[in-house]
Amino acid sequence: MSPPVPSKILTDDVSLLMVLIDSNPHFWSSIKPHFSFSKFLSHVLAFLNSILLLNQLNQVVVIATGINSCGYVFDSSSGSVSQRAESLLPKLEEFAENDESLSERDDDSGNGVGSSLLSGSLSMALCYIQRVFRSGPLHPQPRIICLHGSPDGPGQYVAIMNSIFSAQRSMVPIDSCVIGIQHSAFLQQASYITGGVYLKPQQLDGLFQYLATVFATDLHSRNFLQLPKPVGVDFRASCFCHKNTIDMGFICSVCLSIFCKHQKKCSTCGMLPNVCRSIFGQAQTRDPSASQQRK
Amino acid sequence: MMNRDINGEGRKLNRGEEEEEEDEDEESGRGRDAWERAYADERSWESLQEDESGLLRPIDNKALHHAQYRRRLRTATTAGIQKGLIRYLYIVIDLSRAAGEMDYKPSRMVVVARQVEAFIREFFDQNPLSQIGLVTLKDGVAQCLTDLGGSPESHIKALMGKLECSGDSSLQNGLDLVHDLLNQIPSYGHREVLILYSALSTCDPGDIMETIQKCKGAKIRCSIVGLSAELYICKYLCQETGGLYSVALDEPHLKELVLEHAPPPPAIAEFAIANLIKMGFPQRAAEGVISICSCHKEAKFGGGYTCPRCKARVCELPTECRICGLTLVSSPHLARSYHHLFPITPFDDVSPSITNIPQKLPKSCFGCQQSLLNPGSLFFSTEIANFQKLD
Repeated sequence: MSPPVPSKILTDDVSLLMVLIDSNPHFWSSIKPHFSFSKFLSHVLAFLNSILLLNQLNQVVVIATGINSCGYVFDSSSGSVSQRAESLLPKLEEFAENDESLSERDDDSGNGVGSSLLSGSLSMALCYIQRVFRSGPLHPQPRIICLHGSPDGPGQYVAIMNSIFSAQRSMVPIDSCVIGIQHSAFLQQASYITGGVYLKPQQLDGLFQYLATVFATDLHSRNFLQLPKPVGVDFRASCFCHKNTIDMGFICSVCLSIFCKHQKKCSTCGMLPNVCRSIFGQAQTRDPSASQQRK
Repeated sequence: MMNRDINGEGRKLNRGEEEEEEDEDEESGRGRDAWERAYADERSWESLQEDESGLLRPIDNKALHHAQYRRRLRTATTAGIQKGLIRYLYIVIDLSRAAGEMDYKPSRMVVVARQVEAFIREFFDQNPLSQIGLVTLKDGVAQCLTDLGGSPESHIKALMGKLECSGDSSLQNGLDLVHDLLNQIPSYGHREVLILYSALSTCDPGDIMETIQKCKGAKIRCSIVGLSAELYICKYLCQETGGLYSVALDEPHLKELVLEHAPPPPAIAEFAIANLIKMGFPQRAAEGVISICSCHKEAKFGGGYTCPRCKARVCELPTECRICGLTLVSSPHLARSYHHLFPITPFDDVSPSITNIPQKLPKSCFGCQQSLLNPGSLFFSTEIANFQKLD
């Protein structure tokens, strides 16, 4: 009898887990009395080790999300022997120092007070997943889990939505476990659109239990489990003029900016380069720099 | 079928071989089978490539490079240009006698239908606020297969149910019909037509030049993808209306040409009057609610969205509320189109002189951590100030 074909070893439940850890120092100092970064790390390391134990072929990759940068801190498939998750600690420390030195250099990060670079780490995770997809026909099932707590930075909206749509097309679910005080609208939308699980644990002391029961299962087994359902995902948009959430508004047909009241001129179109300032109801005059006839 | 018993009764095996010989004679007399044609006529082995060590390359890197190059050129030229985001597109499919030709396997009509299905899905993915309608050209007459609508399934179902070809195709009748249909759309929308033309001629009742001028006056942008050969009238039509004319060489090329029309084209400013469109952002209903949905007219459990103006329930977004006519979208749909308005800055090609100096390069790709020892082709992004691999 010929030896078993390798594809039989790569069963349905092998997964590649990309973990995005929020290492924003502003956020961690703000919730210091309730929960500390070191306790959080102990829960996460136990969770990562248990994932590696579930199946010999499981892979875990950890990306740290800082304020100004993101970086890989752990890859279970690198090195000849699969390592334990604790080996990420020195790299994480190095990353945190680099991140802090970057924020001393430029004060204006443009992200909003104290929000971390979620769009960057999502993009890096998706790059790694693309590389895995291209490595051949046999690959583990990838998924992304965000352990996030910092508030949403409105400047990252477009970049995060782009990452969400790429994940949706590649069929990679984005799970979210929100450690902070308030819900994150971006992560709620991410999990809803990509088919992942969104959870805000009520007792942070038992974080490992939440992680192990909700987020540890592979994608194939999720069909048979009752996982937390999305409740009240808010898809309403906010108007560009007052930043209020509205459920009925006016959209400029040229640049798709949202306004709550009818107005004469679109305030956004004028700011986009090479676009005629849109005056509603009138045909625009021909501006030779802007319009081009495509043959 | 021949008897190929492993234990091999000699008599049966001999008989099998004789039958095989007879079959072969018959086949070469009848003409080659499709599987044989792939080797004899098309020489599929010539498209294989070897890398430096003589091993066969599974992916064709040159085609990948070329596709990336074309894509970068396109984004570079259209980066700062206004795009028509709210599009009303009619797809005109030629179902004349020429569509029954079998040079595309199994027939041109089936291949076109397959590509149109893929195009419709991609179109609604990239342009969630736009609408598509289908028109067919058959027996010299143009017929509207589906009206302008935003649901991909209804169009695809209607198309797959009506795949028969006969008669001549009339370009003028198709353009006349589309012109009348597109007159009814609101002024802020961009009017477009995509014609998939297989025939080599057009049988028109009148002067097609007049029709072309009429379409040009109505600001309709016509693009054509030809399947047989380049036609002057198609080229003239596309030049006059500002569209794109291309002719496909084979099925993968046809797919590429058709999908090129999915992202929004550069807009001509006077063609669409900028306007504020009233839209609603419905909330998702709670899971346990039972209500009667307005699209299927039956009671549904859970899920669904509530129109903010008339509180009717709709099943999916984006759509138009059937009761009050309000366009209903969700913020991710709008965000889908921001990608066209704010494209990412293209990466720069790293010249080979730098890749040959190993000390200057970092050890691994910034994005995916793959080792950069044998880079092939590298890109440098000015924004993240780091190197990334080609694929």
